[in-house]
Amino acid sequence: MATYHKFLQVEGLHKSFATENEIKKVLQEVSFEMTFHDSLAIVGPSGCGKTTALLAIAGLLAPTKGTVCFQDRIITAPNRSIALVLQEYGLFPWKTVKANIVLGAKLQKIIFSDRWLEAVKNELDIGGLDDLYPAQLSGGQRQRVALARALLLNPQLLLLDEPFAAIDTVTRERLQNQLLKVFQQRRFSYIIVTHNIEEAVFLGKRIIVLSNGIPSINRIIHNQGMGETDYRNKPEFFDRTKELRTILEEMP
Amino acid sequence: MSSGRQILTYSITVIIIFVLWYILSLVLGSSLLPDPFIVFLRGFQEIATADFWLHVEASSFRLLAGLSIAFILAVPAGLVLGSNPKLDNLFAPLIYLGYPIPKIVLMPIIFVIFGLGDTGKIVLLTMIVFFQLLITTRDSARKITKEIVLSFESLGGTRWDYYLHVVWPVSLPGVFTSLRIGTGTAVAVLFFIESIATSRGLGAYIIDSWGRADYATMFVGIIALSSIGIVLYEFFDLLERKFSKWKTQQNANTRR
Repeated sequence: MATYHKFLQVEGLHKSFATENEIKKVLQEVSFEMTFHDSLAIVGPSGCGKTTALLAIAGLLAPTKGTVCFQDRIITAPNRSIALVLQEYGLFPWKTVKANIVLGAKLQKIIFSDRWLEAVKNELDIGGLDDLYPAQLSGGQRQRVALARALLLNPQLLLLDEPFAAIDTVTRERLQNQLLKVFQQRRFSYIIVTHNIEEAVFLGKRIIVLSNGIPSINRIIHNQGMGETDYRNKPEFFDRTKELRTILEEMP
Repeated sequence: MSSGRQILTYSITVIIIFVLWYILSLVLGSSLLPDPFIVFLRGFQEIATADFWLHVEASSFRLLAGLSIAFILAVPAGLVLGSNPKLDNLFAPLIYLGYPIPKIVLMPIIFVIFGLGDTGKIVLLTMIVFFQLLITTRDSARKITKEIVLSFESLGGTRWDYYLHVVWPVSLPGVFTSLRIGTGTAVAVLFFIESIATSRGLGAYIIDSWGRADYATMFVGIIALSSIGIVLYEFFDLLERKFSKWKTQQNANTRR
């Protein structure tokens, strides 16, 4: 059914910013591929360019060198099939929950049915919040609203930038489960940027470890066992977590 | 604040002012400061005359025209400048220079160019309110965070959508605040320009009564001009509560 050759191909991505007295290289020679209905976690210390890589894939940041190809097309601007969820949720405080959720669809002139909207809201447990403003929600609710806004667009690639960073542990795990559930019910791929070891192991079929070295990709961990919510209790989960922790601790 | 409580607050304030006024008029003597009953009696006589309403109409028209034109010119300009750093830098020197100049000292020049009629007065009012509105609107538009910009761009909106869904609603509370502040300034300026070479308008009405030592009528004019200010102020407050519900609700939350 797929009319493209490769779902996502990131090749030789470089990004540097000119600061006052030097050129700061944030990303160097980052290359990886992704298939459809795949998941990827990107981890690494602060300043390793995790978010930069994500924004480049989202088409919101032009790389200094290299390309991002999505379904065989080079990304130069935001793509309709790619949705982004940011750490601070990126919700608009002046719009109600409902207006926030439907905004993306409205801007892209996508017609959706009320049933579809209700289904997305139910999946994320945010029914009955329609008329509230983001400031009246808890962190967990806000993040679910941001997810709903992205999912309403029925994206093929979902990009998540430390989405659960500001949320307490219990809610965070519940949201991780919810993301996994939605991922299994619908068909899309996602990339999650996180600094949380357990989160990376729980949510990424592959885990890319970024460092400040050259190239930026320090290691890729294959994590085939993930995919079920009880993965957290399996010995494999502990092994992967330990492996990832060791890599991160040994990093300069 | 509910409108019921607001009416109560206003009523109490008015009563306190009356009592103080009455006491002061007893102390100073009613030839210098007529007591509120005399003024009110005169007020009822005045509002029955067509002449009084012509003054009210002239003042209201100038005030509304000045505020409206300033709004139409300043708000879009402020939104564009606030969300385009390059343009903003280009015009910043002009605004820095223009804002602190007391526009009221330009009155003679404006009156020479535009005449002593309504046009000259409205131009002056517009100029004074314009800068206040422009600067507040621009500064509120500048407050948009990177997070919001990225989030909006990823949703695939156009530039026009960006103004409509982001810049405008973000700046709106600031616009209302500056409209309220602008109302105060505009009423003060209006009084000043109506007191010069003018026969119509509440400013002229007050100055004229003052000249005739008719203090009761003078106070009627003062109250009428103040009322116009209060009505406009409350009107903008009402609009803010209606159109910037998220902000007023947020303020209510933090106050709690």
